[in-house]
Amino acid sequence: MTKNTYRSGPDNDGRYGDFGGRFVSETLMPLILDLEKAYVASKDDPAFKAEFDNLLAEYVGRPSPLYFAERLTEHLNGAKIYFKREELNHTGAHKINNCIGQILLARRMGKSRIIAETGAGQHGVATATVCARFGMKCVVYMGEKDIERQKPNVFRMKLLGAEVVPVTCGSESLKDAMNEAMRDWVANVEDTFYIIGTAAGPHPYPELVRDFQCVIGHETREQILEREGRLPDSLVACVGGGSNAIGLFHPFLDDDIDMYGVEAAGYGIDTDKHAASLTGGKPGVLHGNRTYLLMDDDGQIEEAHSISAGLDYPGIGPEHSWLHETGRVKYVPITDSQALEAFQLCTEYEGIIPALESAHAIAYVIELAPTLPKDHIMVMNLSGRGDKDIFTVATALGAEI
Amino acid sequence: MAVNRIEQKFADLKKEDRSALVTFTTAGDPDYDTALDILKGLPTAGADIIELGMPFSDPMADGPAIQAASIRALKAGMTAAKTLQMVQEFRGLDQTTPIILMGYYNPIYIYGVDRFLDDALDAGVDGLIIVDLPPEEDAELAIPAGQAGMGCIHLATPTTDEDRLAHILKNATGFVYYVSIAGITGTREPDLAPVKAAVDMIRRQTDLPVAIGFGIKTPENVYNFAKIADAVVVGSAIVNIIEVNIDQEGLAKPELKSRVLDFVGTLSLRKGKV
Repeated sequence: MTKNTYRSGPDNDGRYGDFGGRFVSETLMPLILDLEKAYVASKDDPAFKAEFDNLLAEYVGRPSPLYFAERLTEHLNGAKIYFKREELNHTGAHKINNCIGQILLARRMGKSRIIAETGAGQHGVATATVCARFGMKCVVYMGEKDIERQKPNVFRMKLLGAEVVPVTCGSESLKDAMNEAMRDWVANVEDTFYIIGTAAGPHPYPELVRDFQCVIGHETREQILEREGRLPDSLVACVGGGSNAIGLFHPFLDDDIDMYGVEAAGYGIDTDKHAASLTGGKPGVLHGNRTYLLMDDDGQIEEAHSISAGLDYPGIGPEHSWLHETGRVKYVPITDSQALEAFQLCTEYEGIIPALESAHAIAYVIELAPTLPKDHIMVMNLSGRGDKDIFTVATALGAEI
Repeated sequence: MAVNRIEQKFADLKKEDRSALVTFTTAGDPDYDTALDILKGLPTAGADIIELGMPFSDPMADGPAIQAASIRALKAGMTAAKTLQMVQEFRGLDQTTPIILMGYYNPIYIYGVDRFLDDALDAGVDGLIIVDLPPEEDAELAIPAGQAGMGCIHLATPTTDEDRLAHILKNATGFVYYVSIAGITGTREPDLAPVKAAVDMIRRQTDLPVAIGFGIKTPENVYNFAKIADAVVVGSAIVNIIEVNIDQEGLAKPELKSRVLDFVGTLSLRKGKV
C-alpha cells in the first residue's frame, strides 16, 4: 500500500496492513481464487457495471436521498445534520446494494444456488429478494435466537421463496449462522455461491462488498456538493461487520473529514455483554480473516451482545481494523439504552423509524452534534428502517403490541 | 526433531507392509482426565498415529459430532496450554506414537506462534494440521513450524487440481492429508475410486506418505481405504462413542474408556490383513 492514500488496499494477499487474508479450508481455496478472478474481470467489463447501475437505479431505487434532518439539527443545536437515506432502498436497508453485485457475480461464475447468513434478517431478505429476481435457489442460515426476535423478516424471506435454516449451535446468532453457511458452502462448492452480507470474510469478500457499497459514499459526495457546495466535515455510521460504514467512508478516506464508526456497546463495554470488537477486543483469526474479535485469553471466540441483531457479531471487517489501528477512523461505543433513546428521538423529531443498528449511529450524532459549531456539516448513514425492530423496541420499553 | 517420529513410524509400518490407523479424539472431551486416559490407551488398542483435536469455539470445518466434542471440552475448561500438558503426560508413557494436533488457527495465534511451537515441541507434539491455514497463509505457521522442526501437515481436497497441489506441497512436511469428500467431518462416506485417483495424483508429486480422512467410519471403510493410502483417519465415529457414553450431567460413564478403545480395536490394521 502506498503511504499517501488510505484507499489502495487490499494488497495482493488480501491484506489491509496486517488484517484480512484468506484463512479458509483448502476445499474452498480454489473457489475463492476463482471468485477473485471473476471479480477482477467484472471490474473491467462495462456491461457488468451497466447492469449493476441499472438495477440499482430501477430495482433498488437509487440514488437514495441525502436529507437535511432539520428538526433534529434544531433540537441538538449544533452541527448541521444530514441523513443518507439508505433505509429508503428496496428491502429497507443498504444490504441490497451488495446483494445485487454479488448475484451478478454468481451468475457470471455459472452458480445456481445461493447461500447467505443473516443476523437481523436484512441481509437475508435482501439475498432472498435478489434470488427471486434472478430465479436462483436460496438458503439462508439464521440463528434460532435471531429467528425469534426478527419474525417479520423470517416470514418475508419465506414469501420470497428462500429456505430459512435455523442454527442451533453456539450463541444461535450471526457468528453461528456464518459457521453453518461456511459448512454448507464447503459441501456444495460446485454449484453454490456464498453471498456474504458484510465487508468481512476471506479475501476478496471485504473488498468486493466494500466496492458494491461505495455507491453510498459516491452519491453522498455528489449530493452534498450540490447542496452545500463543499464536502462534509464529519461522517457517522454504525459498524457491526461494517459494510454500510465502509461504503460511506471509503470514497472520502483521503479527504480532510472526521469519521466515526459506532460500535454496539450492549450493556456497556465494561460488562461482558457487548459487541464492540474494536473497543473491547483484540486481533485474531475467524471466518476467513484476521481482524479484531471478542475472545477469551485462550483465543476462544466469545458471544457478542447487542439489542440490535445486525450488530450482534464478535468481529468486524478487516479494513475497519486497519482504519482503527492507523487512526484514520475513530470508533466509538454506544449502549443498548442510548440506541433505544436515539431510536425514539429520531422517530419523534424526524418521522423516520430507524433500524436499531442505525439508531446506534444516531445516538452518537446526538452526543457529538451539540459540541460542534453550526457550520459543521455532518452526514450520518441511516442504513436501515426500523419496522423490523418494533417488537424488540416494544419489549424493551415495556409496551404491549 | 518432531518430524522424525512421524518418519520413523511410517518407515516401521513399511517394514510391516501395512498402513497406519490414525485416530482422532478431542483433547479434554469429555474432561481432561478421561481424555488423557483414552489417549494413553489408544496405541495399545490399535492407533498407530494420534490426532488430537484442539478445541475451538467455532469449528467451521467440522460436522455435528466434532462440534459437540469441542463444546464439551471447552465447557470442561480445556485450553491450548492444557492440550500441550496432556501431550506431555502422554509422552511420559509413550515415546514412539506420533501425535498430531488438529485445530484452528486462532488459539495458536493468540498463544503466540513461536511460543506455541517451542512449547508444543517440548511437550512432544510431532505435527500440526490447522484447517483454516491454506498454503496462501503458509507464512503464518507452516514456514516457522518447518524451521522449528515441527511437522506441518497440509490438506489436499477434491477441489485440488495438479497445479494447486504443487502449491500445497511447497511447505508440506510429515504427510499429506487427503480430505476425501468436499464437506465437513463425519458426514457422508467417500467413494473409493475418486479417492484412489486423487491419492495417485498426490503420489506422482511427492514422496510424503498420504493419509485419507473425512467420512471414514467403519472397520470395513478403514480396511478398504488402507489399501490405497499410507494412513486412514477415523474421527467422528470415535467421538460419537464418547458422546453416547456420557451421562446427563456431561460426566463420563464408567464404561466410556473401554467402549472407545474396544471400537478402536475393531479398526486396528495390525492383523496383517492389509
